[in-house]
Order: sequence, then C-alpha cells, then structure tokens
Amino acid sequence: MENKVNEKIFKPKIVGFLCNWCSYTGADLAGTSRMKYDESIRVVRVMCSGRVDPTFVLKAFKEGADGVLICGCHPRDCHYHEGNYKCLRRYHLLKKYIIQMGIEPDRLRLEWISASEGAEFAKLVNEFTQKIAELGPSKVKQNIETFS
Amino acid sequence: MKPKLNLAVYWGAACGGCCVSVLDVHEKLFTIVEHANLVFWPIALDTKYKDVEQMPDGFIDLTLYNGAVRNSENEHLAKLLRKKSKILVAYGSCAHMGGIPGLANLFNKEEIFKRVYFESESTINPDQVLPQPHYKVSEGELEIPEFYNDVRTLAQVVDVDYYLPGCPPQTERLVEVFLAIVNGEQLPPKGSVIGAKDKTQCDECKRKKSDNKLVKEFKRPWQIKDDGETCFLEQGVICCGPATRSGCGVRCVEGNAPCRGCYGPPPEVADPGAKMLSAIATMIDSNDPNEIQKAIDTVVDPVGTFYRYSIPFSILRRKLL
Ligand code: SF4
Ligand code: SF4
Ligand code: SF4
Ligand code: FES
Repeated sequence: MENKVNEKIFKPKIVGFLCNWCSYTGADLAGTSRMKYDESIRVVRVMCSGRVDPTFVLKAFKEGADGVLICGCHPRDCHYHEGNYKCLRRYHLLKKYIIQMGIEPDRLRLEWISASEGAEFAKLVNEFTQKIAELGPSKVKQNIETFS
Repeated sequence: MKPKLNLAVYWGAACGGCCVSVLDVHEKLFTIVEHANLVFWPIALDTKYKDVEQMPDGFIDLTLYNGAVRNSENEHLAKLLRKKSKILVAYGSCAHMGGIPGLANLFNKEEIFKRVYFESESTINPDQVLPQPHYKVSEGELEIPEFYNDVRTLAQVVDVDYYLPGCPPQTERLVEVFLAIVNGEQLPPKGSVIGAKDKTQCDECKRKKSDNKLVKEFKRPWQIKDDGETCFLEQGVICCGPATRSGCGVRCVEGNAPCRGCYGPPPEVADPGAKMLSAIATMIDSNDPNEIQKAIDTVVDPVGTFYRYSIPFSILRRKLL
C-alpha cells in the first residue's frame, strides 16, 4: 500500500547529455513542434557524445539523478567522425562498472538521435522515464550521504 | 641549534608497509633523529595512547598517518592526532584514498563478518561467535574497537594538511618532504599532494609509445610475452599510467609490471577510475556494439583494476547497499 503511494509521488530526475549537432537539435525540434514529453529530463548540451566523460555520468548520479541518458549522432554521422564510437565504447565499460557498484544498469542509456528525430526523442524520453519510474528512486546520493 | 621537531607516525587500517617505508630511510634515520624527537610510533616505540592524550594540543609538529579509517579506534586516533598535531599528513594510498582496505567497500559489514568468521576455509567457529565491541567477563568489561560498515579516507574523517601518496610512498620522497619542513622551506598550500609530481606516469615512462593504441582484446600480464620495451597498453595489457600521478619513478613498469595507480590521480582528475576507464575503452578497435562488448568482457574486473586503491575516494565511494 505504502509503496503504491510512493510510486505515485515519485518523479524521476533524469540528466540527459545531448550532442550539439544531432541530438540537441532533435530535442529542439520536438520542442518547436510542440511534442509533449516528460518533464523529468534536465538537458545538458555537449558538443559531441564523445565529450561525455564517464565522470559526468558518475557526478550526475552523485547529485541525485535517477537516470542518465546520453544521446549522440547516428553511427557515421558524428560531426567529429569518431566521437559517438568513443562514447559507445565508454558506455559499455561504464555499464560494467556501475553494475559492479550495485547500480541498476537500466539507469544508464545511450541512444542515437538525429536532428530530424524530434518524435523519436520525445518517445525515448517518455519510455526512459517510465523505466526509471518502475525502478524507483536511485539510492546513490543517499548512499554517499550516509557514508560513515 | 634549532629546536627539534616532534614527529609522530601512526597506522590506522594499514598493512604495516607504510611504517616499514619510514624505517627504510636506513641510515637517514640518524638525520631524522638529529632534527626530530619521535614522540609516537607504535611499530617502533612503546608510547601509549594515554601518553598522546596527555600531550598539549599542537604539541606534535608533524604526524604521518598511514592506513584508512575502518573502525572506531582508527577514527579516535585520527581525531586525537589531528588535535595534537600542527601538520597532519595522510601518508600512503590507504590514508590518501582508502587504498587496498578500501576494496572492502564492495561489501558491507555483515557480508565481511559472515565470510571471515563463518565461511572462510581456515575458520572453525561452531558457536558462531562474532566480535562484540563490549563483552563482560568476571574480571570486568572487555572492549574492542567497533568495526564500521564503510572504509573511509583520512580526509573523510578529519582535516588533512597534506597528502603523500603511494603504496607505500617512495622513502626518498618522505626524506625530501621531511627535510623541507626541517629547513623551514615554504610549504605548498594546504591540501596539496606532496612528495609527487604533477605529471602522469606515462610522461616519465621509458617504454616505447606510438600513436596506435587500438586493441581487439585486453590481456592479463601473464598472457603476453612482454618484450620489456613496448608500452604495456600497446601490448594489450591494462596499465594505469595515463591516469596516475608520477613520483614513484614508474617503479612497477621499471620492474616490468604494469602500473596499478597507487599514486592516485594527477591534478584536476576528480575520479581516477573514471579517467582510466575512459582511456581504456577508447582503445577498443571496433565500432560494432557486439565486438565492443566482447573486448569489454576481457576487462575482467573494472572496479578492482581502475579503482584498486581508490574506492572510498572515488565519486561513488562504495557499492550501493
Ligand atoms: S598504503 Fe600500501 S603500504 Fe601503506 S599501509 Fe596501505 S597497503 Fe600498506
Ligand atoms: S601506459 Fe604504462 S607502460 Fe605505457 S607509457 Fe604509460 S606507464 Fe608506460
Ligand atoms: S608504478 Fe604505479 S602502481 Fe607502481 S608504485 Fe608507481 S604509481 Fe604505484
Ligand atoms: S557530434 Fe553528435 S555524437 Fe559527435
């Protein structure tokens, strides 16, 4: 019963790292086209998904993010040629690390969003928010605060 | 003649190696005792805790605290020595970043006790006895320190003036730092890492490096025939040189073993493991998710490899409970 109540009031906090050239433009398109997507996401614009240092992701969790979404250009479309591949490689290794640290792997997601994929972006945010809502609040921040 | 310094060396959750690294000053010990009174050093002297308690505040000029903070005794002494010392140095990887004992932050207290007191192959404990902080016997009450759930760095418990990294620190670095203090040299700003440099291990490493570090898989050191000359990374073996501060003289690589990161991150790197993880992942020679995953399967233990000395110091600090 109590769980149900909590589930209702739990509003996931999601940090989204979006590359400037494709994904951010895609998100912008969703906005200008007045597509509705969940307000859970806080967008951080980066020049390229290859700029997303694993430290950014860990800091986001530390500051209380319940989920982290990274979006970059589709394969072969990265403005800097290789950035999204670098991101992909880091993403897989980072996942393995967070699993070892007890964080549910589904809290971290990487997707490719092009400049024209506004609708896909909106759908992705909604889906991801739903997934995080099912997982419930992340315990990382609390875990660090009660560290003694 | 200048008045002598009062010097203390203490071990918290330590292996003893740091204290031995102080003993390793060998004949320079005479230089040290010429300039300093050793007022507290459990490995070598029989000073009692109550003797330290009776010292006036700030009586000790320099304390080298090695070891992490794992139990109430470590914490008590950390706080006591902080009060009694003008300069408190976190000496060695354990005090600096949690070190090897910090790996225990992958478990909690219950899991550790279960393993150690019930399950370990060398344990016979039919009565399932566990350590009790307080225990009454006919002679009175016995007390042992309380074992905490988390391992912490020294700076997570008390205010620290300097960090002298290494597992253990290079003895030469200690002597340099000590003499600088004795000679009244201008000390670096509070909170600095001392006895180390600002570059990375790779900057000082003599192994041959090219621009091509791409690999399909990672190997354990025993899986390669090390040629003794080529950068370990280029031979597919993970070496933490790129994310590790120099100062040890690249002593592991000089001994043909990859660096494991005990000197901690170079300046401006918040999380040593994340930096290393990033460098290693970028080396994977594929753009295909399945192939990438295969390569990552060969990084057997990311936490133990990239955070071997630094879990408590890292952004996440411990495994989620
Ligand atoms: S830093 Fe290394 S040598 Fe020093 S106490 Fe810790 S484990 Fe031992
Ligand atoms: S990675 Fe290791 S072997 Fe290669 S240059 Fe750096 S310290 Fe030397
Ligand atoms: S080479 Fe690396 S692991 Fe070895 S002593 Fe130096 S910093 Fe520590
Ligand atoms: S610019 Fe979009 S991923 Fe590199």
